[in-house]
Amino acid sequence: MNFWDYLGTRHQQLLTDAYQHASAVFQCMVVATVIGVLIGVATYRSEWAGNLATTVTSTVLTIPSLAMIGLLIPVVGLGVAPTVTALTLYGLLPIVRNAIVGLRGVDPALVDAAKGIGMSRLHRLARVELPLAWPPILTGIRVSTQMLMGIAAIAAYASGPGLGNEIFRGIASLGSKNALNQVLAGTLGIVVLALLFDAAYVLIGRLTIPRGIRV
Amino acid sequence: MSETPERPVPSPDPRAPGAVADQAGSTATSPAAPAAASGATIELENLTKRYPGSAEPAVDSVSMEIKAGETVIFVGPSGCGKSTTLKMINRLIEPTGGRIRIDGEDVTDIDPVKLRRKVGYAIQSSGLFPHMTVAQNIALVPRMVGWGKARVKERVEEMLELVGLDPGEFHGRYPRQLSGGQQQRVGVARALAADPPVLLMDEPFGAVDPITRDHLQDELIRLQHELHKTIVFVTHDFDEAIKLGDRIAVLRERSHIAQFDTPEAILTNPADDFVSGFVGAGAALKRLNLTRVRDVEMADVPTVTIDDPLQDIFTKLRASGTNELLLLDKRGRPYKWLRRGDLMRAKGSLARAGTLVHDTVTRDATLRDALEAVLTDNAGRVAVTGRRGEYTGVVDMETLMNSVHEMLEADRLDALEHQHELEEQRARLTRKEQEGDGGGEAKA
Repeated sequence: MNFWDYLGTRHQQLLTDAYQHASAVFQCMVVATVIGVLIGVATYRSEWAGNLATTVTSTVLTIPSLAMIGLLIPVVGLGVAPTVTALTLYGLLPIVRNAIVGLRGVDPALVDAAKGIGMSRLHRLARVELPLAWPPILTGIRVSTQMLMGIAAIAAYASGPGLGNEIFRGIASLGSKNALNQVLAGTLGIVVLALLFDAAYVLIGRLTIPRGIRV
Repeated sequence: MSETPERPVPSPDPRAPGAVADQAGSTATSPAAPAAASGATIELENLTKRYPGSAEPAVDSVSMEIKAGETVIFVGPSGCGKSTTLKMINRLIEPTGGRIRIDGEDVTDIDPVKLRRKVGYAIQSSGLFPHMTVAQNIALVPRMVGWGKARVKERVEEMLELVGLDPGEFHGRYPRQLSGGQQQRVGVARALAADPPVLLMDEPFGAVDPITRDHLQDELIRLQHELHKTIVFVTHDFDEAIKLGDRIAVLRERSHIAQFDTPEAILTNPADDFVSGFVGAGAALKRLNLTRVRDVEMADVPTVTIDDPLQDIFTKLRASGTNELLLLDKRGRPYKWLRRGDLMRAKGSLARAGTLVHDTVTRDATLRDALEAVLTDNAGRVAVTGRRGEYTGVVDMETLMNSVHEMLEADRLDALEHQHELEEQRARLTRKEQEGDGGGEAKA
């Protein structure tokens, strides 16, 4: 059976896997974005808190993903839970770092002006600082997503959802007829998904970054 | 139009009742006549800022009273604390001691956000938010204080007109699509959008080129003429200070007031060496910057309009004692100078006769500008125009000389009187001291 025949006969299964893969990454990204930006907002004004947040999240990133999922299984069990937890944790770093850098990079004169015209702290954050820091934050989100696409494949190890199952099945049955096809289908599927997401981010950037600060 | 009535800012403005009536009557705005909620008084009492870890206070016990509708300039060398003093008025920098009262109300301890919404604030390089359009920037404060959509929109257009930008053209632009001068205008429009009685300006024209700065200064003078806000303006440029200020506070280190007086008084009678050093050379020439053409007596030349029949023009020329006539165009603007011989030589054709008017000055121009124009004009006179460019008079060397002499004489008298007052005051103080220390101590 060649690769195209394989795709033809298994497309139902592959589409389901791809959908679950994308859905897992998407949901984790939403959670990671919310938490990441919150951490950024909470820490950017203090030198040490900001640095601490960046260091902690980057330390998390150095843990091998397989080990991380393995460590999470005894804590949260098998299936979706370890996948979501691990993906969210990994997704945090680029977002937290870029949120802090972005928020710190807002021209102090503008913050001063915002204060001077009577904007409250919350108002300033929502109307001035976050919109101005949004381009770097969005870049962080983009980087995170690309990373999570790959890491999500590992989730199959903990019986998580996604295209990783295809790859693991192939690896487990190396030598059999469809082994290579399975690995190939899973990998290519992830690459295609990553490209689609990236295209979506370009579009989101177009729609959400005001013309006045677009480069 | 006046904004205070519907959403009362807690400042009791004595002019408010009149403004209410005006507001009620007109929903359609005419930008030419803003019924301004005009200035409030500002009192600073022993205002002090001490930063932790430094022995000397950055601002040491500044007290001053600023009248409603007055433009006061803080001028001084860099690092003298003038900017800090300004920022304490809207509490961007919290004072460590002293009181601030605006319109009699003590604002030293009220919610700073509330305070800042009734104090306009314009800074160097405009401080516009780059991710918002010009209209959004201007609408910020009115929206925050809760105006309705339609009213905000109307106000934005009005403010753009007020600062001399075409609303249709600039409304939807982003700050980076504007020149430095235009940005600064929008900055001022934003500061004034909610019609605050007080406007603080922190070296607002520091980052623009000299020509633009000059324009912006003229604009500010015109604006203030219409609006009568209380303006506190910080600069390190003394010439800017004399041009704009009703009164100037010359500040030395730690914001100590070296002299707080009218520009005329500071120029003619600097309090000490520090002030005279700051005034610099050429005080008499600088004095010319202080008076505007509209304040001096202008000469008048006979005028005719382009539509008058030739016969009338001849008659007028003959009847008037002068050699010259000023020919005005259809809208009453100076067009050509006509001399006695000109019409003969041009064989009675107005189109060919006379010399075109090259240079005019407005009534708002300073005497210095007028002098410049007179000096460069080959006949030594220049036409003065009103707001729409229409002819209002003529200045020449003679009128200028006369007014300058009168002015300097008046200044000298004022200065003498002032000195006299000061001496008397000092004498009274010494007398008090001599009379007994007890009273003085009780006061302290």
